[in-house]
Amino acid sequence: MTTISQALAPGQLTSGRLPRATIPVFLVAASLLGFALAVLFAGGNLALAALLAYLLYLIAIEVAARIVEGSRQAADRRASNLIVGAFALALIPLGSVTWSAISKGMARFDVDYFTMSMRNVVGPGGGALHAITGTLFVTGAAAAISVPIGLLAAIYLAEYGAGKRLAKAITFFVDVMTGVPSIVAGLFAYALMTLIIGPNNGFGLSGSVALSVLMIPVVVRSSEELLRLVPNELREASYALGVPKWLTITRVVLPTAVSGIISGVILAIARVIGETAPLLVAAGFTASMNNNLFANPMMTLPVYVYDSYQHPGVDVQVYLDRAWAGALTLILIVMLLNLIGRLIARRFAPKTGH
Amino acid sequence: MSKRIEITDLNVYYGSFRAVEDVTMTIAPKSVTAFIGPSGCGKSTFLRTLNRMHEVIPGARVEGEVLLDGENLYGPGVDPVRVRRQVGMVFQRPNPFPTMSIKENVLAGINLNNRRMPSSAKDELAEHALRGANLWEEVKNRMNLPGSGLSGGQQQRLCIARAIAMEPEVLLMDEPCSALDPISTLAIEDLMNELKEKYTIVIVTHNMQQAARVSDVTAFFNIAGTGAPGRLIESGPTDKIFSAPDVKATEDYISGRFG
Repeated sequence: MTTISQALAPGQLTSGRLPRATIPVFLVAASLLGFALAVLFAGGNLALAALLAYLLYLIAIEVAARIVEGSRQAADRRASNLIVGAFALALIPLGSVTWSAISKGMARFDVDYFTMSMRNVVGPGGGALHAITGTLFVTGAAAAISVPIGLLAAIYLAEYGAGKRLAKAITFFVDVMTGVPSIVAGLFAYALMTLIIGPNNGFGLSGSVALSVLMIPVVVRSSEELLRLVPNELREASYALGVPKWLTITRVVLPTAVSGIISGVILAIARVIGETAPLLVAAGFTASMNNNLFANPMMTLPVYVYDSYQHPGVDVQVYLDRAWAGALTLILIVMLLNLIGRLIARRFAPKTGH
Repeated sequence: MSKRIEITDLNVYYGSFRAVEDVTMTIAPKSVTAFIGPSGCGKSTFLRTLNRMHEVIPGARVEGEVLLDGENLYGPGVDPVRVRRQVGMVFQRPNPFPTMSIKENVLAGINLNNRRMPSSAKDELAEHALRGANLWEEVKNRMNLPGSGLSGGQQQRLCIARAIAMEPEVLLMDEPCSALDPISTLAIEDLMNELKEKYTIVIVTHNMQQAARVSDVTAFFNIAGTGAPGRLIESGPTDKIFSAPDVKATEDYISGRFG
C-alpha cells in the first residue's frame, strides 16, 4: 500500500525551482565579491576580478541548484553557464579590437584621409586613397580570378567527380593549399611574374595572383559543401523533365545554392583582404596613386597600415593615427562586403512562401 | 499522345548486384498500370528503367529491351534526355523547385530547356497543365508565389502539372500518394482517372486499395529473400489479380498474409 500511495502522491511531477531573482542576486553578489578579492589580493586587476566573479557565480548556482532543484537541473544550469562564459570570452577580443580601431582610428577618419594619397607628404596630412583603391583593385581582381576557378572546381567535385581519382586528388591538393602560408603565396606570385615579365618591383595583378592562391581553396570547399546540400530530389525532378545535366546544374542546382555560395565568397574575400605579407612581396609599395593593375607597384591598406606603424617619420603619432585609420577603414570595408553579401543572399535565397 | 511499352527480359544491376530479374510485360496505352509488392522488391527500380532515371544512381545498368511504341529506349544512340521528355515522372515526395514560383514550376520543363515560346502561350500552357492537375482553381490567384508555400497535396499536384506540361506520352508515378493525407490522395486518384484518357500511366504503390481503385492492370513483384533479385510474379487485369490470382504468393500478399 505504501508504494502505491507514494506513486500517487501529489507533486510527483513537480520539483523545486530557484526563485527568479536568484540569478541577478547571485550575479551581483559574485561580482562584488570577486572585485573585492581582486582589490585585496591583486591590486584591483579587472580581468582577475571578472574571472573570480564568474567562478564564484558558477559555484554558487551549482550549490543552490543542487539543493533546491536536484542534480539534473544543476547540470543543465552548469552547462548553460559554461556556454555563456565561453561566448563572452570569445566576444572579448572582438569587442576590444573594434573599440581600439574606432577610438584610435577616428583621429584621422576625415575627408583628407579618403581624398589624398601619400605622395609628397612628410609629417601630418596625407591620406590613404591610393591604398584604398589599391586594396579594392587587388582584391577585386583576386575575386575575379578565384570565383570562376573555385566555383567550377566545386561543381566538378560535387556533380561529376563522385568517387573519381581526379576528384580525390583535387580535394587533397585543395586541402594542402588551404594550409599554404600566405608569405609562400606571395613569393610564388612574385616568382611566377618574374618568370613571365622579368624582374619587377611588384604590381597589382601579381598581388591578385598571390591572393587567389589563398582564396581558391576557401571558395572550392565552401561552394562544394553548399552544392552537396542541394537535395538530390531537385536534380531528379529536373532530369525527369528531360533537362540535360549541364542545364540542371546551371538552372536548378546553382540557383538553389547561390545564397550560400555568395556568403562563402564574401568570407573568402574577407579572409584575404587583410593579408599583408604576400602583398608586400607581390604588389609592392608606393606612396602614389596607381590605378593600373598591370604595371608599377600598387599600395594596399594592410601594407599601408604596416608601413605607417613600422616606418614612422619624426612625428610618430601622425603615422600611428594614419595606421589606425587604415585599420578602421579595412574593418569597415569587410563589414560593408558582409552587408552587401547578405543583401544579395537574401535576394536570391529559396523562397519559403511564408 | 499515348504510347505502348513493351518490356522484354529486363535485368537491372547495381554494380554486380542484380536488383531486378527477367521482367517481361506489356503496358497498354491509355490505361493505369499498378506495380505492387513488398519493400525492396525492385518495383521502383524497374519503374525508373522505363525513362532511364536509374542512370542517375551510380553503378546502375540495364540489360534487355524496353520498347516505346517499337522504339528501344536502350538502343544505340538513344539520348536519355529525349527519352525523359516523352516519359515523365512524379516522385514519392513532392519536389517543387524552391527557387521558382508556382507558374515557373509548371513551366520548368519549358524554361529549363531554354525553349522559346511567346508568353501568352506560356500562360495558356500553365493554365492547361494546372487544370489538368486539378490545381488551377486553388492557385490561379497566386501564380507568382513560391511553390513551396503550397500544402503537400497541392505540391504533389503541382509536380504532376509540371510533368504533364511537357506533354509526355507516358507518366510514371513512384508512390505519389505515400506522403499525402487521404483527401489529397483521393484528389490525385481522381486525377489519374482523368489523365488516363490521354496518357499511359504507371504507378508504384504500397497501398493495395489504391491499386484496386485506380488501376486497370496490376503487376505483382516479389523477392525470394534478402539479396535475391526482384521478379515479376504475375500481372493481369486488376479485377483478376485481386479476386482470383494464379499464383499463391500474390494471393498471400494481397490478403495481407505477408509483406
